Amino acid sequence: MSEQEYTPKSKVGKWFNDRLPLLTLANHLTDYPTPKNLNYWWTFGGILTFCLITQIVTGLVLAMHYIAHADMAFQSVEHIMRDVNYGWLIRYIHANGASMFFLAVYIHIFRSLFYGSYKSPREVIWIIGIIIYLLMMAAAFLGYVLPWGQMSFWGATVITNLFSAIPLVGEGIVTWLWGGYSVDNPTLTRFFTLHYLIPFLILGLVVLHIWALHVPGNNNPIGIDIKKPSKDTVPFHPYIVIKDGFALLMFMIVFAFFVFYTPNILGHADNYIEANPLVTPAHIVPEWYLLPFYAILRSVPDKLLGVIAMLSAILILAALPWLDTSKIRSAVFRPLYKQFYWILVADVLILGYVGAMPAEGLYLLIARIATAYYFLHFLVVLPVLGFKERTTPVPLSITEPILGGSPNLAAVKKKDSF
Amino acid sequence: MSEKKNNRRDFLFTATYAVGAVGAGAVIWPMIDQMNPDASVKALASTEVDVSTVNPGKTITVLWRGKPVFIRRRTPEEIAEAKSVKIEDLKHPEKDEDRAKNPEWLVMLGVCTHLGCVPLDQKGDFNGWFCPCHGSHYDTSGRIRKGPAPTNMEIPEYKFVDSNTIKIG
Repeated sequence: MSEQEYTPKSKVGKWFNDRLPLLTLANHLTDYPTPKNLNYWWTFGGILTFCLITQIVTGLVLAMHYIAHADMAFQSVEHIMRDVNYGWLIRYIHANGASMFFLAVYIHIFRSLFYGSYKSPREVIWIIGIIIYLLMMAAAFLGYVLPWGQMSFWGATVITNLFSAIPLVGEGIVTWLWGGYSVDNPTLTRFFTLHYLIPFLILGLVVLHIWALHVPGNNNPIGIDIKKPSKDTVPFHPYIVIKDGFALLMFMIVFAFFVFYTPNILGHADNYIEANPLVTPAHIVPEWYLLPFYAILRSVPDKLLGVIAMLSAILILAALPWLDTSKIRSAVFRPLYKQFYWILVADVLILGYVGAMPAEGLYLLIARIATAYYFLHFLVVLPVLGFKERTTPVPLSITEPILGGSPNLAAVKKKDSF
Repeated sequence: MSEKKNNRRDFLFTATYAVGAVGAGAVIWPMIDQMNPDASVKALASTEVDVSTVNPGKTITVLWRGKPVFIRRRTPEEIAEAKSVKIEDLKHPEKDEDRAKNPEWLVMLGVCTHLGCVPLDQKGDFNGWFCPCHGSHYDTSGRIRKGPAPTNMEIPEYKFVDSNTIKIG
């Protein structure tokens, strides 16, 4: 939007563009100046867009065959698997697509954490991203309930009961969410409605996310402000389009591996048993992408505090731009932060692992230590590090470190004398 | 003069906002309340159970309002164990007498008060129930003894219609 005025070449194009400047928008997106040092961690935005569209398209098709009724939902899913032409394929893409979506979003989030993409002036992009992430979790949970298997039913029971921890009004809220005194048909029909709605809300937020991104432009691996357009940038098309496209192909290979070779490995066998309100499965475990938060919930021995800890673990991310006091964005120039970053990654993986294990003995102890460390990282380590850490020198531009060698000594000297 | 005019305008604004807020509330409330339990759900309020075939040491589970209700005919040892617990040792202090009017029969909602799973019978550290979801242990009176659940398992309203029939709800 900072580029020069764009005029379509054809008369018709000009006529249309004067009335609705869609071509200007297309031109903005094609020519958009992008840092030329973006690495493959930056390709996950495009991959996530692909995931969202895949979920919406397969979801629409599944909704043509699925029946949202407690007596028929389970049968209708089996009907999709066995009778509907390519129903198995569409359902497996949708079910594994959720996991792939989360895989990509976690890489995307940890990319931001490493390169400081959440820092000024990109706070709003980051917060919109957190809202998208919350909506993704809601959509995934609601969708998991729809097949009306044992895990669906008991997952729905456990998650909705989280609200009963709220003092005074909790029980009333849970009854309201259920539309009854337990998870039952009214719960299923409303969950279906909301599961259908949320992806479109996400789509809207993705537009805002990209819009907000295009105001300051992309962050980059060395985390410095760059002039755009300049020698430090390349046009989005074809450079980034090709790079994103190649990464997407690699990602689709992983996706296809799960869909075609091991479509049920990320699910739970108990969900192929129809929902039974009288029997809780011996091990209730959420889907893998929610395990770290589940571990935090279980590590606190008090019901209300456990729920608060779990929610805080997600919401604390929204405060990250203000908790991280360092002015330097990229971990490349922050030797201490880089180490704490990898400890955090390990901590989250450990939480995920113990979240899948029974909440007792050594597992519980590990979960408690890992939970404490998680909050320590955001509430103590990050604020203190910004003041204490000795960062290494940050280059003035993307090209400087490369030109800093022999070929252009004069330019380097000139810069140094500033 | 001008002050008077302003007051009149302020009044009109306030009145408009107030009427608008009431109108918005009147539209939003039905949208919210439609999600509460409907008449057909509320109609299934009570259920009668024949317990003549339940021997001591056995539990039957019946469905009431979509939730499991445990009806356990307790053995003398279990009753003794439940009565022997010191009230100050309990997280949610309730006497066994108050939970089981007829000590032989324990009738309670088979719903863990943590997050709503169905606890397993004859499991856990206190010979009562154990919730597999997040590890809450209940004693032979269905009282919480260990784990994250905040309260004892709930006792629904029930009465013996005759010696073999319990009416729940």
